Amino acid sequence: MVITSGGATGTPVAPPAPSAERGAPLGAPPRRAAPLGPRREAAWRRRDRRWGYVFVGPQLIGMAVFVLLPFVASLVLAFASWDGLTELEWVGFANFTAQLQDELLLRSIVNTLLIALITVPVGLGLAVVVAVALEKLRTRTLYLILFFAPVVTSTVAVAMIWQQLFRADGVLSGAIANVVGIDPPDWLGDPRLALIAVCIVSIWSSLGLNVIIFLAGLQNISPSVIEAARIDGAGAWRLFRSIRLPLLSPIVFFSSIVAFISSLQTFDTVFVLTANAGPDNATRTIVYHIYDLGFGRFEFGPSSAASVILLLLTLVITAIQFGAQKKFVHYEDADA
Amino acid sequence: MTAADIETTLVGRPDLERPRRGPAAGRSRRAVGRVAIHVALVVAGLAMVFPFLWMLLTSFKTLPQLLQDPLSFWPDPWTIDKYVDAWNAVPFGQAYLNSIYICVLAVVGTLVTAAMAGYAFARIRFRGSRVLFILFLATQMIPKQVTLIPFYLLMAKFGWVDSHLSLIVPAMLVNPFAVFLMRQFVLSLPKELEEAALVDGAGRWRTFWSIILPNLKPGLGALSIIVALDVWNSFLFPLVLLNSPDLFTVPLLLASFRGQFGSVDYGLVMAASALATIPMLVAFVIGQRRILNSMAASGLGGR
Repeated sequence: MVITSGGATGTPVAPPAPSAERGAPLGAPPRRAAPLGPRREAAWRRRDRRWGYVFVGPQLIGMAVFVLLPFVASLVLAFASWDGLTELEWVGFANFTAQLQDELLLRSIVNTLLIALITVPVGLGLAVVVAVALEKLRTRTLYLILFFAPVVTSTVAVAMIWQQLFRADGVLSGAIANVVGIDPPDWLGDPRLALIAVCIVSIWSSLGLNVIIFLAGLQNISPSVIEAARIDGAGAWRLFRSIRLPLLSPIVFFSSIVAFISSLQTFDTVFVLTANAGPDNATRTIVYHIYDLGFGRFEFGPSSAASVILLLLTLVITAIQFGAQKKFVHYEDADA
Repeated sequence: MTAADIETTLVGRPDLERPRRGPAAGRSRRAVGRVAIHVALVVAGLAMVFPFLWMLLTSFKTLPQLLQDPLSFWPDPWTIDKYVDAWNAVPFGQAYLNSIYICVLAVVGTLVTAAMAGYAFARIRFRGSRVLFILFLATQMIPKQVTLIPFYLLMAKFGWVDSHLSLIVPAMLVNPFAVFLMRQFVLSLPKELEEAALVDGAGRWRTFWSIILPNLKPGLGALSIIVALDVWNSFLFPLVLLNSPDLFTVPLLLASFRGQFGSVDYGLVMAASALATIPMLVAFVIGQRRILNSMAASGLGGR
């Protein structure tokens, strides 16, 4: 949304001369009453240009050294065989062909996509409902604190807490067994349930963030629009379906991209909650796969190939979501 | 919409006048609806706190109670031994110091470098600025995990593996989102503000330092919260880069704690989790208004 809203450079500062009189608001009267001549102005601009690079410098160097360089190296390593000790050896697409036939990678991709496909719609859907409910209240601070608490808690702690809740003899299984009358489920021991457990934890821990974002979005809808619809006889459901939801859709859409991409990067939860992506790699994700190949087995080439696959997946998902944008997203000013 | 617009709208301010639906007609229905909403929210809120509550209850139970009756609700008897044991078993105090100072340096560094870059992109005309800004936005698309291996190798070259430098320096110098956010904030400042200083011959640096930066305070506050949360909770990179327990951050220490004691006594693990989470939760409750507003702003602003 905002990314598309402006040019890259913004509006440049006018040269000092023409605005000499406007210096007044700061309180200090301009020392040079006479405007700069055109040559001095050009010289000022030249020097000013250098300041541009100085100011961008630290972040630019950081990006070059810590992002672009490793990024290029990652692309290079993906086509090589290297363990960090022996000679680097070019292997062409061998890493990719090997990876794409590797049952572990395929399982990682499927698991990762499943987590994203479950977590994002359920999580965002719940967040919309909660945000709409909260918007109707006068005092909501306590609720906001409750919903947001997991967001400020480290994912490691969150995973450890839920690990106890999910124990086979734990409180969740016990409650389910008592209420439904089945054998207590072993969440983290059963491969299918383990993946669901990961989804539950990530929905629980990210719900608050989406709630406050949507709530802020709802509050930005101008009251006059709501009022107009009310006068036209719209009920609560109609207001939600035809006014609030469409006007919220750019934010929901944007959040869904962010949430999907961050789901693709799931690592902490599967590393801690389901101790090393168990049982039987049932919760192995792509990032866990990258980590395991790189730092478990020191196979830097295949690990980099898996990284490139993650990158491509990220880009494809982003492209698909931007494609879908036209269909589902409603921008307020589009038909204003 | 800029982050500044919603800075104060989310919480802590009495609601803007809610449009009324007209006299008496729907009043009782509305009251019923409100009660229903409260009931639903209370249930949902309980679901949100229950894990924390269970963590605390478990951490005060004795091992025999945990083994004999894992579903019992109240600790009987209450014990704080688990906290003493957890605190003594691993260097918790050290981990807190590590996390705090890494966080502070990363935040301060990010604020300065990102505000500088944001200012340049918003207000200084220089060749290539457009391309560079797009490059910044584009690098945001690269998941950090994609560069995990080469980044580790680079840190090894620098001799920064098993050193906090590998966490602090990149955090200070790489944050495209922060640059983007700061640019938005600078754009929302009136231009006259700095023009006066420039006319007075203050120069770019002094203008930035004594005019722009002080005026960016709300933005810097929001950014510092976002960066601090991010750095404090990061796990994968510290996991890969640090080996010595003395250097561990809080999440890393917690994870290693589980590895050592997880199978022995999970009451102990819950006590350790509480030691790692409660201070953060208390800090959050104290600063909730600013934190919530900042996070909402970041979510709307292009997180």
